[in-house]
Amino acid sequence: MKYLMLIYQDEKQFAALTEPERQKLYSEYGQLRQDLTAKGQFIGGSQLHPTATASSVRVRNGKELITDGPFAETHEQLGGYFLIEAKDLDEALGIAARIPSAREGTIEVRPIVERTAQAAA
Amino acid sequence: MTQASDTLEKVFREEHGRIIATLIRISGSFDLAEEALQEALVSAAAHWPREGEPRNPGAWLTTTAHRKLLDAVRREQTRTNKQAELEYESERLHPFDELILPEDVVEYPDDRLRLIFTCCHPSLSQEAQVALTLRTLGGLTTVEIARAFLVPEPTMAQRLVRAKSKIRLARIPYAVPSSDLLSERLAAVQAVTYLIFNEGYAATSGDALVRTDLCAEAIRLARVLCELMPNEPENYGLLALMLLQDSRRAARISDRGELVILEEQDRSKWDRKKIAEGIRLVEHALSLRRVGNYQIQAAIAAVHAEAETAKETDWPQIVALYRELIRINSSPIVALNHAVAVAMTGEVTKGLALMDQANANRKLEHYYLYHASRADLLRRLHHQDEAASAYRRALALTSNQIEQQYLRRRLREVVEKNGSGQKNTLPESS
Repeated sequence: MKYLMLIYQDEKQFAALTEPERQKLYSEYGQLRQDLTAKGQFIGGSQLHPTATASSVRVRNGKELITDGPFAETHEQLGGYFLIEAKDLDEALGIAARIPSAREGTIEVRPIVERTAQAAA
Repeated sequence: MTQASDTLEKVFREEHGRIIATLIRISGSFDLAEEALQEALVSAAAHWPREGEPRNPGAWLTTTAHRKLLDAVRREQTRTNKQAELEYESERLHPFDELILPEDVVEYPDDRLRLIFTCCHPSLSQEAQVALTLRTLGGLTTVEIARAFLVPEPTMAQRLVRAKSKIRLARIPYAVPSSDLLSERLAAVQAVTYLIFNEGYAATSGDALVRTDLCAEAIRLARVLCELMPNEPENYGLLALMLLQDSRRAARISDRGELVILEEQDRSKWDRKKIAEGIRLVEHALSLRRVGNYQIQAAIAAVHAEAETAKETDWPQIVALYRELIRINSSPIVALNHAVAVAMTGEVTKGLALMDQANANRKLEHYYLYHASRADLLRRLHHQDEAASAYRRALALTSNQIEQQYLRRRLREVVEKNGSGQKNTLPESS
């Protein structure tokens, strides 16, 4: 079972980190990624550039509308994600709690729709 | 015939949780399990009146439900095979490994625990936890749950459908949580149980009969917790607390339908059997030497229950217990109750000060009992004006008619006293 972990955090707060703080955070992320990889649970994951770099695209009546910024203005912004493999929600929640940003921000855990796997089963 | 259907209803209620828990484990599906049990019930309703009641009605229902489930699973497998090429979305929690024949079906005692923990999983909203627990473990119908919580039936039905589909899609495990999660998760189960009880006991609104059912259901659930997790003292504490509170049910409402406060209750109406069981359970819980929230609350309820008259209540003992409770539960409501107990030992002024301290961060501002208790102390200190305004504030905060009646009576008393007081002694600034 695959879960996407959406990492939400106040990006202003993240930007305000000192360099040593940032390095410490990155090394914690690196450690978690290594652990998950060793257990065969890591599928993918990345940090995202801040929402200032975001564009939103909508197609309405065949016409493309491109706007600056994220889809929704919120207190916490999507700053990265992990795609992981877990046997059930409890295992996934356990992993989410180990994501360093969970201490400041919020990790949204979403099960992935696995169509091909089920069609094959 | 009526006898058969009475038995059927009784057995259905009592065995529902046990049967459905095993059916869910076997099928991996809440829906398939519910359907199978429903079909077994229909079958029982047809057979029992004609052929007589089976010797062991519970076992009969279980076996029949298992057969119905197997039929349903076979039907579904045929359907799944046909649709395998299509993007068929499985309705099940987990892929089906093997078919288990009814003869081989074993009811693991853990099945009901699995069900309890799944229904009360923190990824479900508490509303959903309550609904799902009542539906599956209690065997209440969607209509009954909707009525008990004053929610339109379609809303409740949707709440249940959503919860079940979340369990399936997010794969909430059908399992007893690992030991590192257990105490936290058990606390959630206890909270849901107590919430069901309080919904029935406090009766913020709604049908009295259904409400009593909720209390009975919560007590039954707590009994299951004690049976399945006998080493958890808080389970006994919770059961004891509910039994002791429930023992006062008949004395809580006067013949005129007014709420009777503990002090004024006719103690001959208290249910002695429930009190005896409650006290025995508190003692057993405390003997396990891991004190907790429910155990202390139950111990407090036991002190009340042991007093022959309100006057004989051992208030210093209650104050001591609340002090203990404050150490593990920093809720302002506990602080409020501590303040009330202190006032009851005779130190009304100190009680009032503690009460204001309990509301120092304004957390009790919208809690009607804070204003009602404060009003009672102010009344006893003869601050009639302040008492009146506190009663008014409390009145505005409760929608329960019985509670409103009590508050109105008290309000009339202080207003009348104040009226005569003004004439005699108190030159009022207003």
